[in-house]
Amino acid sequence: MFDFLSDYDDPSLLGAFWTTVQLTVLSGVGSLVWGTILAAMRVSPVPLMRGFGTAYVNIVRNIPLTVIIVFTSLGLSDIFGVTMGASDFEVRGFRLAVLGFVAYTAAFVCEAIRSGINTVPLGQAEAARAIGLNFTQILRLIVLPQAFRSVIGPLANVLIALTKNTTVAAAIGVAEAALLMKEMIENEAQTLLIGAIFAFGFVVLTLPTGLILGWLSKRLAVKR
Amino acid sequence: MDKDGVKGERVEGGFRYSAGTQLVQVHPGWLPSRRVSACYQIVMLNFPSDVMTLVVRHYYCLRNRGGRSKRPMTEVSVTKDAVPMADDLVVLQNVNKHFGALHVLQDIDLTITRGEVVVVIGPSGSGKSTLCRTINRLESIDSGAISIDGKPLPAEGKALARLRADVGMVFQSFNLFAHKTVLENVTLGQLKVRKADKKAAEEKARALLDRVGVSTQADKYPAQLSGGQQQRVAIARALAMDPKVMLFDEPTSALDPEMINEVLEVMQQLARDGMTMIVVTHEMGFARSAANRVVFMADGRIVEEAVPDQFFSNPRSDRAKDFLSKILHH
Repeated sequence: MFDFLSDYDDPSLLGAFWTTVQLTVLSGVGSLVWGTILAAMRVSPVPLMRGFGTAYVNIVRNIPLTVIIVFTSLGLSDIFGVTMGASDFEVRGFRLAVLGFVAYTAAFVCEAIRSGINTVPLGQAEAARAIGLNFTQILRLIVLPQAFRSVIGPLANVLIALTKNTTVAAAIGVAEAALLMKEMIENEAQTLLIGAIFAFGFVVLTLPTGLILGWLSKRLAVKR
Repeated sequence: MDKDGVKGERVEGGFRYSAGTQLVQVHPGWLPSRRVSACYQIVMLNFPSDVMTLVVRHYYCLRNRGGRSKRPMTEVSVTKDAVPMADDLVVLQNVNKHFGALHVLQDIDLTITRGEVVVVIGPSGSGKSTLCRTINRLESIDSGAISIDGKPLPAEGKALARLRADVGMVFQSFNLFAHKTVLENVTLGQLKVRKADKKAAEEKARALLDRVGVSTQADKYPAQLSGGQQQRVAIARALAMDPKVMLFDEPTSALDPEMINEVLEVMQQLARDGMTMIVVTHEMGFARSAANRVVFMADGRIVEEAVPDQFFSNPRSDRAKDFLSKILHH
């Protein structure tokens, strides 16, 4: 029943899912960093930064991910010649996809963190100001650590969505799970089985993510 | 009840706490107890230029703020005359502030000299807390001038942060950093603002926690402590910055009645040690026993300023008489 799987070795089923994992982890880390910076901008006292943060989030989260990913390849790469330091087509596609995912997911991460910042009582920041900490110290030492702990749950949602969103990278030829699935469906007769295999693969990736992060969010919750 | 509220006597920071809530000073000075000498060392190390003032003041404080014994008015004026004019620590001149249409501070003029304990009282919404918060610029002011130790209050940025480090603040809702242990709460400012060495900061933090009587709770998180303990940690956190002046914004208003005294005791001891304090409170007992001066505010104005005995026994303004008749006799 699963014989056909051995016909695929570039990439193999596991190899394709490994690419999916790599896309998810790299984009996840990147969007966490960029999303945090955006959230800091959105609560900063500088109007220009607040404006940029707000504009970025509202523009980027309202563009379909497919448009963003296709743009990184056809727009950034083909027209503006951005190669992300890669000569190889495969590597370039992968890196461009990560760039697109980071840009897109960061908007959602930013909003999650900003809602977390709003759960930190104002008194915490006031007490920090009262002992003479400056804005970046207050954010870094007092507000963000508490904000992060309260948004682990929402961030898990974003991460799960990101994992599944990586399938869009197939649109620019990144050899991840969805591209392999498309290839298999074209070549084989067992369409339902193939669908089930890939659905199961994604559940295997996302279910533990959700459970572990859910447990973490309970464990790390700030008691008040 | 507080964990270390043992029946009978306990000795803390060189002061003996009798079985009740009364605080009995073992010795007027700093020599006999190890803890007191540690506290003294901290003070001496951090106010080198003001040592003499402090020593002199310490004795004045002991003499003049003598616990619950009523002191004659004349003695107070002697104390005040002994303070030179150049020793004005906090000066507010013609300060005005609006919250929208509400004129919450109206032409406030107030001068607090070094070592003085000023208690601000008044009905809710009279601007007491706002006044307190303008002094370290947690609230901005619309007009007027505030200076601390001769320097005008900076508007923003590094200079403001530096000034805030010199002004300790204790809030009604404690505001301990919820994700940090008690010890981390007290060391944070020393490490990040004063750039102190980690070991020295922890040593100092433990000494301060000992002084406010919560040394056994050092590794717990704020949520695990009672309100009174949290507020005492908050006082230790402010003291760790070696502030020139301490602001207390209704420090006991959020506490259960049985925890109020343990916080007031710490504050009274601070007052005896010569700390400059501005205290917004509804605790009239504290105002009577620890204050050098009572400032009565109503509707955004300072209506009356007087020494506690005069204010409570013979208020001049009708507004103060009305206020006192409502809170003192029922």
